[in-house]
Amino acid sequence: MMTRSELTRRRFLTGATIASTAPLAGCFDFLGVRDNEIRDVLETANSLTYKVQRFLLGSDTLAREFSESEIRQPMRPNGSTNPRSPAYRALAEAEFSDYRLPVDGLVEKPLSLSLNELRNMPARTQITRHDCVEGWSCIAKWTGTPLAAVLDQAGVKPQARFVVFECFDSMGSGFLRPIEYYESIDLTDARHPQTILAYGMNDKTLPISNGAPLRVRIERQLGYKMAKYIRTIRVTDTLDGYGRGGGGYWEDNGYEWFAGI
Amino acid sequence: MIYRQLLWTRITHWAWTLCLFFLLLSGLQIFMARPDLYIGQESGFAYDNTILSIGAFMDGAAMKGRTILFGQAFDTTGWLGAVWEGDRLQPKSFPYWLTIPGYRDLATGRVVHLFFAWGLAITLLVWLVASLINRHVKELLPTGADIRHLPREAANHARLRFSREARYNALQKLSYASVLFIALPLIIATGLTMSPGVNAVAPWMLDVFGGRQTARTIHFVLMLYLVLFFVVHMVMVVLAGPINELRSMITGWYRTDPESE
Repeated sequence: MMTRSELTRRRFLTGATIASTAPLAGCFDFLGVRDNEIRDVLETANSLTYKVQRFLLGSDTLAREFSESEIRQPMRPNGSTNPRSPAYRALAEAEFSDYRLPVDGLVEKPLSLSLNELRNMPARTQITRHDCVEGWSCIAKWTGTPLAAVLDQAGVKPQARFVVFECFDSMGSGFLRPIEYYESIDLTDARHPQTILAYGMNDKTLPISNGAPLRVRIERQLGYKMAKYIRTIRVTDTLDGYGRGGGGYWEDNGYEWFAGI
Repeated sequence: MIYRQLLWTRITHWAWTLCLFFLLLSGLQIFMARPDLYIGQESGFAYDNTILSIGAFMDGAAMKGRTILFGQAFDTTGWLGAVWEGDRLQPKSFPYWLTIPGYRDLATGRVVHLFFAWGLAITLLVWLVASLINRHVKELLPTGADIRHLPREAANHARLRFSREARYNALQKLSYASVLFIALPLIIATGLTMSPGVNAVAPWMLDVFGGRQTARTIHFVLMLYLVLFFVVHMVMVVLAGPINELRSMITGWYRTDPESE
């Protein structure tokens, strides 16, 4: 039985809790509006984070790698898990035997690589933790071709600053056509030893749900940076002209471009 | 009247009041994206390492909010998991007045959180440097006499008898020191341990906190501790004389009991 005084005390505390933030409720909803001035100020913290992490990280500091025994579950698929575009469906039906990866933009020698050509290059295998921006983590083994080797083969021009991944999957639907997923990273992350174009996962061929035929691993950033279903790789000096210019699908929707935290 | 609070103490006090307010409400926004807490390196999807889970389920035609803590399920309809929006229950971890923005918006929650996280860390650093120089730190460290007087202090506090003295009493020292020297540094450290970038720079932090997901859980528990501190702090300010306490934290001047002068 609850006594009267307990009841009023409980009511008082409940009321006081609500009263302490309720007058402010909704007051900060304007921060959700993209491109308002105060949000721009808050976003400067992201550039600070980027600069500090780049300063502290060095170019080759490795993300932690785990042991086989720490792979305790299948890799959780996230985002798109089965692209529907006709081009992708056709490739998937032929088990990606016709797939070619164009590497172009600011390169000396544009490439068009088949999966076999990529598999014949030196490979790297790593057991790493995938961190979703939502807050969950999952450990899996990834095998692929280091992106640095592909970039070296193409010859990156000196004015290049970013590597852009354009993808087969689309998110929701835009006004005229579906919005295709894309992502971009700087050359430091692009040349990082653990940045690989993964074609294998947990000792098997990378499944469609996890991004077949190729997904990039960028182990010092969050999951949304690691584009799946890669269609082309473009080397560029500007992110303008891709999507809405934010450098990625989620960046165009208000997420930070550098996802090191 | 004595000059009790130095300028640096007052400035930093209000700076982290502001920071912690935004950090709490944006942190709860971020938590809503994955309202589960785990123990270990990763989140168990194929096995169970979940210690807290907030969700909604349908009980026939009625929506119910359910919070599972250490395997024990609690009906939290209306408060956690299923909350009122207008006159309808919605599947959402927290009510609108507990998050920034009030609606679901992880991207904005992160922008706000990471801005004020920098604010908190810088404020704590400024406070520590200033307090080491002006010897405020020494005022907060409990002495042998404080520990001996602890039972008497506790008894006096329980009877709501407070003496207004120039020096902090044992309970004040312990609660302030626990926040300033333990809770705030740890909440910053566990926050950083969730960063894949920081993990690469300082992998030992993962070992100290027992993995990224355990760090996330500790971060959440520390938040609860700070909220508890805030509630007790407010009650004490009200009981000890809100005008006198507020004046001392704004102007520095504090009225002590006649006998203690």
